[in-house]
Amino acid sequence: MKFSRREALVLALGSAAAAAIPLPALAAVEQAIADFTGGAAVAEGGITLTTPEIAENGNTVPISVEAPGAVAIMVVAAGNPTPGVCRATFGDQAGAQMFGARIRLAGTQDVVAIAQMADGSFVRASNEVKVTIGGCGG
Amino acid sequence: MSDIRPRVRVPRTASAGESVLLKTLISHPMETGQRRDGSGNVIPRWIINRFTCEFNGRNVIDMALDPAISTNPYIEFEAVVDETGEFTFTWHDDNGDVYTDTQSIEVA
Repeated sequence: MKFSRREALVLALGSAAAAAIPLPALAAVEQAIADFTGGAAVAEGGITLTTPEIAENGNTVPISVEAPGAVAIMVVAAGNPTPGVCRATFGDQAGAQMFGARIRLAGTQDVVAIAQMADGSFVRASNEVKVTIGGCGG
Repeated sequence: MSDIRPRVRVPRTASAGESVLLKTLISHPMETGQRRDGSGNVIPRWIINRFTCEFNGRNVIDMALDPAISTNPYIEFEAVVDETGEFTFTWHDDNGDVYTDTQSIEVA
């Protein structure tokens, strides 16, 4: 392929601009999810993630997640400096596949919960939480 | 730091096969490692990184916690009880300490 000098310059600038777009946060969340699922496909439904619509204080946001029949549930926060929030594995004595906790959210973002079901499949739910005052100390 | 105190709420009694809600709290700063002190130095991360609960030696829940869990981590979950017994809760600290608490429950 023969590029004119002008075309080559535009191509170079274009790819530099594309590379400079800050997508590290998005990549980190997808990586965390891929580590949990091993790259398997993730369906929607079968998992309920309860979060407040607006969190007055990002330092303590109550969440709860339930997924009947799940073996493990992972929660990640897409907009935090590091996406991991927690990962619960349920034993024989678990009464329900659910837990509630209070988490920190740095700002308005999506909270994502992924459950690994007993048959090895994965399901996810995601809620946007608006945060008034960020809670990661930044 | 000896101020790290767990507090759990377990129902006193339950019927066999019932699922009981357990509420757990431990006082711990859960330092995220993102904050800076007055001189601009990063305050190192120091969190509870793992929480487990067992009933009569059998696992109920095993949770890995990240810095995004709030200070004084509060965790609630459900356990099914089929006989009288004891819950054992453990919290694992970044620095290697393990805090435990036990609570009995009478099952009719």
